[in-house]
Amino acid sequence: MGELILMKGNEAIAEAAIRAGCRFFAGYPITPQNEVPEYISKRMPEVGGVFVQAESEVAAINMVYGAAGAGARAMTSSSSPGISLKQEGISYMAGADLPAVIINVVRAGPGLGGIQAAQSDYFQATKGGGHGDYRLIVLAPGSVNELANMVMDAFDIADRWRNPVMVLADAVLGQMMEPVDFPEEIVDPGALPKKPWATAGMKGRGHQNVVNSLYLHPEECEASNLDRMARYKKATEDETRWEEVQLDDADIVLVAYGTSSRVCRNALDQARDEGLKVGMIRPITLWPYPQEPFDRVAGDVKAFIAVEMSTGQMVEDVKIAVNGRAPVHFHGRTGGVLPKVSDVVKVIRTAAEGSDTE
Amino acid sequence: MDVAFKRPEALTDKVTHYCPGCTHGIIHRLVGEALDSLGVQEKTIGVASVGCSVFSYEYFNCDMQQAAHGRAPAVATGIKRVHPDAVVFTYQGDGDLASIGAAEIVHAAMRGEKITVVFVNNAIYGMTGGQMAPTTLVDQVTTTSPRGRDVENYGKPLRVSEMLATIDGVDYLSRVSVHDPKHIIQAGRAIKKAFQSQLDGNGLSLVEVLSTCPTNWGLSPKESLKWLADNMGPYYPLGEYRVDGEVVKG
Repeated sequence: MGELILMKGNEAIAEAAIRAGCRFFAGYPITPQNEVPEYISKRMPEVGGVFVQAESEVAAINMVYGAAGAGARAMTSSSSPGISLKQEGISYMAGADLPAVIINVVRAGPGLGGIQAAQSDYFQATKGGGHGDYRLIVLAPGSVNELANMVMDAFDIADRWRNPVMVLADAVLGQMMEPVDFPEEIVDPGALPKKPWATAGMKGRGHQNVVNSLYLHPEECEASNLDRMARYKKATEDETRWEEVQLDDADIVLVAYGTSSRVCRNALDQARDEGLKVGMIRPITLWPYPQEPFDRVAGDVKAFIAVEMSTGQMVEDVKIAVNGRAPVHFHGRTGGVLPKVSDVVKVIRTAAEGSDTE
Repeated sequence: MDVAFKRPEALTDKVTHYCPGCTHGIIHRLVGEALDSLGVQEKTIGVASVGCSVFSYEYFNCDMQQAAHGRAPAVATGIKRVHPDAVVFTYQGDGDLASIGAAEIVHAAMRGEKITVVFVNNAIYGMTGGQMAPTTLVDQVTTTSPRGRDVENYGKPLRVSEMLATIDGVDYLSRVSVHDPKHIIQAGRAIKKAFQSQLDGNGLSLVEVLSTCPTNWGLSPKESLKWLADNMGPYYPLGEYRVDGEVVKG
């Protein structure tokens, strides 16, 4: 273990990116993620990297497209309304098989919503967001330390599958301070595997490289999409991550990610003190979604309870994962309001009695 | 036997998809000749835009990226900042640059991005079938201005070079035409100067090239050249607007 550093989540994101070899960042100001570009604007010149404050979210993501296509480890960060604007570039990057990291420090919506933490961008992150047949690999941190380490992993995952990766944080994770334990190794971007497909000039190669997502013939576009889907299938096998909390003897299983999983952890402890056998599945990758723990316990549990900071988005994936093998309940707060531990405990009690909580 | 005339190295041998009489082919050639004469083909990265020139990555024999509609200057910014020693250019039409990409070109110019922009203005959307562009002339009939562009609803056409000439990040800026051999030669010189400006590293360089669209103008190739000279010429004055970062016109 290295030295623990007390850091704000947003600053941890920025420092992690630089330690992961990110040398290009373009962004646009939006609360609650402003410390990310601010920190990077200071830090990037120290490592010979590029920081650009773009004229818009749209320009920022397209700068990242250009930089990623040119072979750099590139990142942008924003918050919900800004991420909506970036969907064009995200779709194009997926279509052109470009690796890049996109940070969403989620705030409440729709519209301008509010600057408090929410989880209401789950659909947008995991079900497409932009147009076309693609997926984003979506990582959901539950602490500042996990957020920092996840941002570093995100660059490796993006390069491995040549696909954009989104880290779905929220205003709580972005704004709070917690100890961070960075990996000892700091990535030297010059030592990373070469990207033979990148546009860096033809010299020494003898043929042109083209970064492109356009196909004149539908069969070619289909072949490209199917190739991507084949990669996604392998990525599902290799990258799916989740955490299990006291799942072995659980009758009631909470399902929550990110900040709401922290509320659930406290609720779980209180319910256990009352003698209720409660466990939790915490998806760490939201796409691919962790099917395996559901398959293992679905036949033995009384009920699942999805807890979210939304009106119910991930709960749909919980229902798909459970596939009718047990009742699925939902508890959520929205608009930037956090779920209360006492309310989650109440839902657990009701589910344990076998009543409908909805 | 000496070769007197050949395809530039910076162009591929693919047959283009452009309509008969379209001047994209001439402009591609001028860009190719400029890259050849400066000896930079192998360190050039081009950015294709959306519109008729969308497939230009098939025709320019250098590394290429395809950008979303209007975003080529942003994509080029990303490329150039990662490879500051590369020659980076965008090739954009007037719908792409002057309409959906107006913000991107203005801010790339403001930042003085060391890129070259080849801006092909034919006063119409070509690829999508002849709709009105910000550059469409007053009273010009298009598929979305069937009674002609009216000033009451759409104002007068945007003069991009005049607008960009006010921005200090622009090092070289010129408007040229390709409607006859004399002007083609002048256009070639301007494009080469623009790339030289990029090599000198002083800011953004842009050449606006007045171009034809016989198919969507509903004119023959020959009539189109005359229409360009007679109608676009007066509204879009030719000449250098900025040289070495100084305003010389506009």
